[in-house]
Amino acid sequence: MKLLADLFLVIGALFCFLGALGLLRMPDVYNRIQAGTKAVTLGSLSLLLGVGLHHPDWWSKLLIVGLFILLTNPIGSSTLARAFHRAGVPLWQKGGHGT
Amino acid sequence: MTLSIVEIVVLVLLGAASALALLRLWIGPHTADRIVAADTLSVIATGLIVVFSLLFDSPLYLDVALLYGVLAFVGIVALARAIEGERS
Repeated sequence: MKLLADLFLVIGALFCFLGALGLLRMPDVYNRIQAGTKAVTLGSLSLLLGVGLHHPDWWSKLLIVGLFILLTNPIGSSTLARAFHRAGVPLWQKGGHGT
Repeated sequence: MTLSIVEIVVLVLLGAASALALLRLWIGPHTADRIVAADTLSVIATGLIVVFSLLFDSPLYLDVALLYGVLAFVGIVALARAIEGERS
């Protein structure tokens, strides 16, 4: 159980790191939204699962935080993408000007 | 407080993730890049506060994480509304 919890903690931190790396490497605002939202959401949920396996008596608060992240993070990123699209942020073209 | 190897690895990875998101927040060419970086950074910080509750062995930090997530979400939605109304 302890080993599984440590595994989930390391996986969560790794996914958060990869999401931030994708945020730095992607060429476009919309690509950065994808990288920075999906991977970091999965990483945060995995971190919550790891902490919950370490301390099973904290499950109610961890469940609330996890459900909140799972509900609001996609809503926030989709609202951001819609706002950028309506404000006229251009899409990235391969070989175009915005590399 | 002595940290185990796993906790050190987790803290180093989360710190590197925060540093990369802060770098994008700093060098981002446009306002949109900076807002996306702030969104990602808020979620990383929520996970980091949850890890702090494990390290300090106190469930009070989970309330702090929940409150931080709520305030970050409200701030991101308000920024999105402001950008949408800017040029439309």
